[in-house]
Amino acid sequence: MDAVFKALADPGRRKLLDRLFESPGLTLGQLCEEMDMTRQAVSQHLALLEEANLVSTVWRGREKLHFLNPVPIHEIYDRWVKKFERRSMQALAQLKKRLEGERHD
Amino acid sequence: MTRTEHVYVMFIDSTPNKIYDAIVKPEFARQYWYHENVSSDWRPGSSWEHRDSETGKVNIVGKVVEAQPPSRLVITWAGAKEAANPEAYSRVTFEVEPIDGMVKLTVTHDQLIAGSDMEKGVNAGWPRVLSSLKSFLETGKPLPIWQKAPAR
Repeated sequence: MDAVFKALADPGRRKLLDRLFESPGLTLGQLCEEMDMTRQAVSQHLALLEEANLVSTVWRGREKLHFLNPVPIHEIYDRWVKKFERRSMQALAQLKKRLEGERHD
Repeated sequence: MTRTEHVYVMFIDSTPNKIYDAIVKPEFARQYWYHENVSSDWRPGSSWEHRDSETGKVNIVGKVVEAQPPSRLVITWAGAKEAANPEAYSRVTFEVEPIDGMVKLTVTHDQLIAGSDMEKGVNAGWPRVLSSLKSFLETGKPLPIWQKAPAR
């Protein structure tokens, strides 16, 4: 999970993930088009994202296609987000119960 | 109609055989997927279906395209209500390969109609299924993946 947080700690890499979320299966060349970065920098960022398993790649003929792999982000959600969400859901449910209780009891 | 694809990768501390069985054997799938994938023999040309383990309702249907246990399985995939419409079918490829003492499971879901409910559904579903599969195989405990809002 360290590799995932490290990979996400860069705005350029997050932008690459956003691009792949919008358009799955882009090549390095296509990813470079809208990035304000050198091809080499994009390539290095992609390597880091791939190492963190946030990006998966598939070879189609001579083209390497890049995909956002949402699985590690889902694991972060499970580990870090869900419990807080559950707590706020419970707080809301309790509030609802209290407010309704005042009216109906 | 634009078609699109998604690729999901999960590294699991297990064996290729266990991972393959967890996909094709109902007695395993129901424990972490809460659904089961059923086919008479899982051989090319055979049909398969995806059922809710609790209700038995068939949600997804398709055919087996390729099967090389335990490393590769290719199936077609359509909502049960759209079974008669050839346009509705997308394709799922499971690839299982040992890497560095772990097993890499790649699920490629392609030929999806871009922007369809099916695309949105599977894109939300696969990460949950794979996380639960990993947890099930590594710790014996699946994740409550289809959990609805907390019951009061």
